Amino acid sequence: MTAGLAAATVAAADLSGRGGPGFLSPTGAEVAFVLIGLVVLGSALLVVTTSQIVHAALWLVVTLGGLAAEYLLLTAEFIAWVQVLIYIGAVVVLLLFGLMLTRAPIGRSTELDSLKRWPAVLVAVGATATLLTVVVDAFHSAYLDLGKTDDGSARVTGESLFRVWVLPFEVLSVLLLAALIGAIVLSRGRADADGKGR
Amino acid sequence: MHLVYPLVLAVLLFGIGLYGVLARRNAVLVLMSVELMLNAVNVNLVAFDMWLRDTLHAGQALTLFVITIAAAEIGLGLAIVLMIFRNRATSDVSALRDLAEPGAVPRARRRLRTARTRPGSEAA
Repeated sequence: MTAGLAAATVAAADLSGRGGPGFLSPTGAEVAFVLIGLVVLGSALLVVTTSQIVHAALWLVVTLGGLAAEYLLLTAEFIAWVQVLIYIGAVVVLLLFGLMLTRAPIGRSTELDSLKRWPAVLVAVGATATLLTVVVDAFHSAYLDLGKTDDGSARVTGESLFRVWVLPFEVLSVLLLAALIGAIVLSRGRADADGKGR
Repeated sequence: MHLVYPLVLAVLLFGIGLYGVLARRNAVLVLMSVELMLNAVNVNLVAFDMWLRDTLHAGQALTLFVITIAAAEIGLGLAIVLMIFRNRATSDVSALRDLAEPGAVPRARRRLRTARTRPGSEAA
């Protein structure tokens, strides 16, 4: 019943015009977006403040998964699945490997944070406040009409990627190859580094 | 959906990532914070692509490119961190001060040194 109600409110939002309804009558999608956004921001805060290094990686999984859900709510489904595949599937696993190979302390550690934390807080809060002022001032009346669109489906994204953006796509594959070779050279060049360095 | 919701989310996520880059000392945690900042940019790109109804879908294509570059960056970054760990036995970014002025010890480190003796990191 509540699902039907949410669908009705979403449909009503679709019918409304460009300016959109006011901020005080949010649609179901907006409520879901804000709730998932709170989860994303909370887990991101835990990523940068927790004192257990493995927990930071696991909270990063929550953050990235929540962002994938946000992409779904923005109707960019292909991006959402790419996010799940690459970030949660590859990047977090790589980070956990890095934690293991650098013998990171398992359990609580006080050595993770810099001793000079207040300048960091100051810079981050200042940058956030500035950006928030500019963004809210510029876009407070913009309305995103996510009606019946298939802009984010795999078909549309693939067509634009392989018709318009073919050259950047190929250049990017060369970049990936270069990064792969670079990582291999960096991690096995022990004899070279020893011979030249010492 | 109002465009402000994704934009504010992106700004706050970017701020959190910025704080992480500046405040964390472990190199792998710094890389995680960089990932948070990249994700904030991705949210912006997707939201503006949907708002502008771009027929070329530049925003979504660029988001895919950013995700790919982030994967390449994390691979290279971890390789560099591992090499530093092999050579110096530390992954503490504030212990790597080869490019600083010789003899210039930052105040925080001096305080740390007087507070407790730490073998290992000073020898590195």
